[in-house]
Amino acid sequence: MKLTELFQRGEFVVTAEVGPPKGFHIDHLLHEADEYLKGRVHAVNVTDNQSSVMRLGSLATCKALKDRGLNPIFQMTCRDRNRIALQSDILSAALFGIENLLCLTGDHTTLGDNPQAKPVFDLDSVSLLHMVKKLESGEDLAGNPLEGDAPKFSKGAVVSPCSDSVDVQLAKMEAKVKAGAEYFQTQAVYEPEKFIKFMEKAKQFGVPVQLGIVIPKNAGMAKYMNANVAGISVPDSMIEELQKDKEKTKAGITGIEISARIIKECRPYCQGVHIMAMGWESKVPDILAQAGI
Amino acid sequence: MLITQLKQKDAIETLAKGKTVIINCHGCKEVYFPEEEAAELQKELSARGDVTEIITRDYICNPDNLCFQLQKFMDKINAADTVLVFSCGVGVQTVAAFLENKRVFAGCDTCPLPGFQGVTPLEFDCGQCGECYLNYTGGICPITACSKSLVNGQCGGSKNGKCEVDKNMECGWERIYRKLEKLNKLDTLKFQTKVRDYAKPFKDSQNAD
Repeated sequence: MKLTELFQRGEFVVTAEVGPPKGFHIDHLLHEADEYLKGRVHAVNVTDNQSSVMRLGSLATCKALKDRGLNPIFQMTCRDRNRIALQSDILSAALFGIENLLCLTGDHTTLGDNPQAKPVFDLDSVSLLHMVKKLESGEDLAGNPLEGDAPKFSKGAVVSPCSDSVDVQLAKMEAKVKAGAEYFQTQAVYEPEKFIKFMEKAKQFGVPVQLGIVIPKNAGMAKYMNANVAGISVPDSMIEELQKDKEKTKAGITGIEISARIIKECRPYCQGVHIMAMGWESKVPDILAQAGI
Repeated sequence: MLITQLKQKDAIETLAKGKTVIINCHGCKEVYFPEEEAAELQKELSARGDVTEIITRDYICNPDNLCFQLQKFMDKINAADTVLVFSCGVGVQTVAAFLENKRVFAGCDTCPLPGFQGVTPLEFDCGQCGECYLNYTGGICPITACSKSLVNGQCGGSKNGKCEVDKNMECGWERIYRKLEKLNKLDTLKFQTKVRDYAKPFKDSQNAD
């Protein structure tokens, strides 16, 4: 099922995310997806060597999820593959019946666990979207015709609504829309007022936006993100909330409450939510229930 | 511009086996060569091993010049087991081609040094991409000012205006955006999606931009 069809139907589109393991055994991942995500979310993102850490591939994991009856979103970054490999993998995704893509530039290689790797960046998120659109028109990026039917995807992209340079982000968002982005998932939001302000400007592009949620696990994680993760700032009041009752926070209850509250507050201004649980997939059902979804 | 750095001392010591002739190239205006460190290291090598000659010249990358410069040392070179060259990578290749029957080793690693002669190094650099983007970017080069050389705008990795790769480096695309904002020319960014042509600059084609 294409995400764009759900948005067109007016659904509040709910997606979650799984990160493939550093190895090829995915029993645990599939079990968690079955247990906590299946039937509760419209689709599941599969990250592409997230944070430049080498892992099992997104495409293979998408196929495994699809075989289990889940609806995968194939995340693609431009860090590790040139345009030939990217196009080839996009065709492979079409062969597997994968219908949703999320196109990203990708973190730099130096941030990951193989920092000696050659950073590719032959394309970027915008030109990747443009390339998918060209493939959908029946030719490759260089203009050579494809054989048979052209593939068709729902093409997604990302944006950082709470970035300290949100105007620069909006300019990039516009470029992505022009290049073919049909839906957006955002970086984690902890400041609903910033997100709402962002949406006032972003709605001019006429493309659905899913609010990004990263479940805050503890105060340490929040502080770490504030210091190191681009586009994220957790307010002091929220950090205090996480510190107040350590047992409650450890049990995940505080994180669930905060996440559900943000979703409720932002829901009237966006078209869906994307939950990045980062190992806390088991909390997703509670968050959705508390948010009234 | 280039910077030549000495390889690790123990790596060089394992290269300088048997009778060794050292060739230094004090180079050209494009290269920064660590003269003092090289001299010190070669003094140590001479004290320990069998260095039969140390030759210091310039422009050894020019084959005719190299041939001329080495003429009077050819007896020693012919008698040597190893020729160890302290120069940029082009110099080493020229010597290796000229002395085709000799073991020719590089004593240096060659790294690019941003900037050009007459320009403060590290401040401005040109990636020589063959399809200049400066007309879209307020005169700030996205190829060299952005760690990922992105040509369609900022990635999501900048925090407080700094690059995800190097917290001391300003985000190139944020600089571009602020510059165009100052010029009241943000519309410049509404260009058609750019796709780099890596066949350039070696392909003979005209850039319509």
